[in-house]
Amino acid sequence: MISPRYHREKAQRYRLEAGKCDTCGEIHFPPRKVCRKCHAEDFTTVTLPRRGKVVTHTTIWIPPAQFESLKPYVVAVVELENGVRLTAMVCEAPPDEVQIGTEVEIVFRKLQSDPAWEVLQYGYKASVVA
Amino acid sequence: MYGIVGYGSYVPRFRIKAEDIADQWGADADAFKRGLLLEEKTVPGPDEDTITISVAAARDALTRAGIDPQDIGCCYIGSESHPYAVKPSGTIVIDALGIGPECHVSDFEFACKAGAEAMYVAYSHVKSGEMKYGLGIGADTSQGAPGDALEYTASAGGSAFIMGADKVIAEIQHTYSFTSDTPDFWRREGEFYPRHAGRFTGEPAYFHHVLGATNGILERSGLKPEDFRYAVFHMPNGKFPLRAGKMTGFKKEQLEQGWVVNLMGNTYSGSSPTGLASCLDVAEPGDRILVTSFGSGAGSDSFIIQATDRLPEVQDLAPKVRDQLADRRIHLSYGKYVAYRGKIRMNEV
Amino acid sequence: MRDVAVIGYGLTKFGELWPVPLRDLFAEAAKACLTDAGIDREKLQSAYIGCMTSGLFNAQEHLASILTDYAGLGGVAATRVESACASGGAAFRAAYLEVASGASDFVMAGGVEKMNDGADATFCLSTAADQEYEVFHGVTFPGLYAMIAHAHMHKYGTTPEQLAAVAVKNHVNGAKNPYAQFPVEITEQTVLGAVRVAEPLGLFDCSPVTDGAACVMLCPVDVAKELGKPIIKVIGSGQATDSIALHDRTDFAAIPVVKRAAERAFAQAGLTIDDVDFCEVHDCFTIAEIVCTEELGLFPRGQGGPAAVEGLTALDGKHPVNTSGGLKSKGHPVGATGVAQICELVQQLSGRAGDRQLKSPRIGLAQNMGGSGGSSTVHILEVVS
Repeated sequence: MISPRYHREKAQRYRLEAGKCDTCGEIHFPPRKVCRKCHAEDFTTVTLPRRGKVVTHTTIWIPPAQFESLKPYVVAVVELENGVRLTAMVCEAPPDEVQIGTEVEIVFRKLQSDPAWEVLQYGYKASVVA
Repeated sequence: MYGIVGYGSYVPRFRIKAEDIADQWGADADAFKRGLLLEEKTVPGPDEDTITISVAAARDALTRAGIDPQDIGCCYIGSESHPYAVKPSGTIVIDALGIGPECHVSDFEFACKAGAEAMYVAYSHVKSGEMKYGLGIGADTSQGAPGDALEYTASAGGSAFIMGADKVIAEIQHTYSFTSDTPDFWRREGEFYPRHAGRFTGEPAYFHHVLGATNGILERSGLKPEDFRYAVFHMPNGKFPLRAGKMTGFKKEQLEQGWVVNLMGNTYSGSSPTGLASCLDVAEPGDRILVTSFGSGAGSDSFIIQATDRLPEVQDLAPKVRDQLADRRIHLSYGKYVAYRGKIRMNEV
Repeated sequence: MRDVAVIGYGLTKFGELWPVPLRDLFAEAAKACLTDAGIDREKLQSAYIGCMTSGLFNAQEHLASILTDYAGLGGVAATRVESACASGGAAFRAAYLEVASGASDFVMAGGVEKMNDGADATFCLSTAADQEYEVFHGVTFPGLYAMIAHAHMHKYGTTPEQLAAVAVKNHVNGAKNPYAQFPVEITEQTVLGAVRVAEPLGLFDCSPVTDGAACVMLCPVDVAKELGKPIIKVIGSGQATDSIALHDRTDFAAIPVVKRAAERAFAQAGLTIDDVDFCEVHDCFTIAEIVCTEELGLFPRGQGGPAAVEGLTALDGKHPVNTSGGLKSKGHPVGATGVAQICELVQQLSGRAGDRQLKSPRIGLAQNMGGSGGSSTVHILEVVS
């Protein structure tokens, strides 16, 4: 049953909510209890921007079972406009459309739908900007 | 004045050509294309569904509206392909967009009319003073049975409309609903594909209700076809809306802008709403638009909408329908198409 | 802290060992280790057993109890240690510290993994990465190293041929290792033409799925002298962690946790990489060996690839790396690998490496790593007599 964990992660998966350290300004995604830069413990919720660029990537040919129907697919580390980085699947892109430096935007997609009886899992993916 | 404050549409990137479907089933490709007046249709990717389409369209509607999502008091999504049999689509969409929790949410269904009725109810809540803004969405990833005529047209996409009383970009001046029990198209619980009654879906179903609603709204408003710049009719295929338009006195030039079916297919609950969005993309202040939806079962909801001075300010703020239809298409083989649409029997993961 | 020696080792063959269950794998290695050390099982005081995830591979936890029970180590103090693929190295360090601290005289460091029991290995291994912010999005373990490879290729011009050279070299060595899973030589063509796993890595850039166990026996140097054993001393032990998620690091063409662990080991030993004669390096993927040789300081940044092609890391090269055949050819039963690396060091330093034997090596280094660089251990051993 994924419900408790899935529900807890909604704010990050759906809305890209992150934690900004009140002391040094470092932005953490996902939010943390302790700032990784200055070790302070007070944060403010911020929403990440949705535009960014690919800083590294790969094409997965042998996926885990629940992603079998999507192969081959591209995953990338994306650096958003404010410097925060995250890992995301790049949707629809034919593999040669994605290079280091390709501009992407974060979109809302269905990330997992197996097994057939389980709660559907939605979240963020990256889409190549035209 | 009550009406549309923001609108947005989402068109998936994947396509399949009508001739590739025809080749698969040994049908005469040219005859089908001519008969349906359809080139290709959209296909949802394996990570897309009514909910993801709704979020994308509604996000653009928010951009155009320029309002705080917290001020939206209701979210209605009309679809024939809600991802869950039991669990609302609307709750996921509002959480994704930062709407609520003070928000009324309901999922609507009525074959292809579900989007228009979501729009109607959202508009009604605003008109009655119940809330400041309301969100009505029509989105679908409808299925056509393999080898059936519907396989050529059943497609994916959707549009979202934020209704309000201030910052109105297109005023909703009249509405009219025409409904009667008609067994033209249905799907029983547990069936994977819908069924239809062949030629019975034409005159007694589609045309009876589309004409009933359109003539009804024209009479109620006292307006004539010449008073309109654009007219949009539900598009189950390329021919029906053009014929309906002709029968109600509209000219081809009035029908063209909203006639997106030849490139998009029938997005069911997204069909007439997306035709409307396509007109809003180019309409000028003062332009009147007539929209008549249709849902099998059956019924039609009509709207008479007039563009305000504010519309040109927002048109360019988000992607337009016809740009999305033309740009960066990825054409699929029939095999890839059926795999994406889950029509291939696989072992349970 | 006392000086600590490794006085014996034991390994099972590495491979797809269908008939051998998890509990018997460990028992076999433990028995061989006790025999090689010449120590009665009653003398054993403590055991640290590295295993990444018997819970996911075999639905079995509480290894401290079940493995020592089935190995006949009855009642010994035991702890299962986990640090993903660095579990073995972490177990060795824990065992070393217990002896060095004076708390115990005879401590076993073991490692085991039984990966071929029907579980989805891709899923199990992915738990070494960030479940919610990497794996949830479709990244696999090879995918993470593939992204490191792309970054390294982009920054330094590393080529697929250089990656292939690492695999080829390791198979040359593994072909001489009786314990290896794949004791066969391969060609560059095989590596470059292999089925794609995660671009640019193909099947032969990846270490295999393996069953196996390895154990070593530690005791104080003074006790080893009394027993008349050759003295192979642990002169440096370093351990470090780093962000688990690749995207939380700054330079993807590097794996800084390795440098951090190595610095701590070198500091303790009072040595530099130039004093080391040979290294066992964690080549979970070919790119990992290239980057880790750079992190250890064997080669300048970006030169790990050319070094491999030029034969500098070959058995007869200037800086032999993975004389055992590495994870690629020897196999990678995850929790066992870190301890198996120590076994190779002991074999080389005591002249028991058979056809792989280097000429009188004096100091060896074993570098073990978890995940995509979330943890690492570095151990330096010296043969004193």
